[in-house]
Amino acid sequence: MDLELVAFFALAIATLGGALCVVLPPMARNPLHAAVALLATFCALAGLFVLLAAHLVAVLQVLIYAGAVMVLFTFVIMLLNLRPHELAGPKLTANKALGALAVLALMAKMGVLVWAASLDVQPPKELYAEFGWVRDVGGRLLIDYLVPFELTSVLLLVAVIGAMTVARRTPAGGKG
Amino acid sequence: MSVPLEYWLVLAMVLFGIGAIGVVTRRNVLIVLMSIELMLNAANLTFLAFSRARGDTGGHAVVFIVMAVAAAELAVGLALAVALFRQTGTAHIDRASEMKG
Repeated sequence: MDLELVAFFALAIATLGGALCVVLPPMARNPLHAAVALLATFCALAGLFVLLAAHLVAVLQVLIYAGAVMVLFTFVIMLLNLRPHELAGPKLTANKALGALAVLALMAKMGVLVWAASLDVQPPKELYAEFGWVRDVGGRLLIDYLVPFELTSVLLLVAVIGAMTVARRTPAGGKG
Repeated sequence: MSVPLEYWLVLAMVLFGIGAIGVVTRRNVLIVLMSIELMLNAANLTFLAFSRARGDTGGHAVVFIVMAVAAAELAVGLALAVALFRQTGTAHIDRASEMKG
């Protein structure tokens, strides 16, 4: 069996297992446990990105998701300091079951699409030497995708201002 | 590429489905935000898989922008979670129903 295929299946199982631990109630009653499972998922995904020859994206996945996003989650979990009775497992209501069924139907539809796409898959192209490295991807970002790239910085600025406005404690001690 | 494209697409599909089920069934606002991150990562995985199959790094550039958008969304979402907790004392997402018509 091919080594790359073995690595793919090991990392895929780690990714899906971590994702299930985030979502499934018995493991994820405590948000901090869910955050640790999410961290494992992000690291396994970084490994999958390396398999896809996306080296720069894999490094950024670890830096941004496993680093910054995880710190943000942990800070907010500590800040909220939820009491145990609020962490009670979710009750399975008819609405939720219906929602889960709708998601399963959506997945069935996606499966049909993947199956249809797999009928005429081209053999993958040979990669050039610098595929996915900093100079290559940076060139794409700053030449072909310059406008979305610059708009992203505006979006981040707006998000920072919005987050500060929403989470600010009002001085009068009133609501909000 | 010894791993076929279909395998990547199926993996991304299952990851997206897990995240979507989390958004639909869980009511803790933190878990809901984590599930949204899972769905965004599944989308990133699809971009990178097609990028690899076509030998074109345009998908990598899109993944960068998706990452920045995800970070912005998360910052605002967590700020809303903190504001919700100050208002209602819980992180239960169904308590945020004051604007219900």
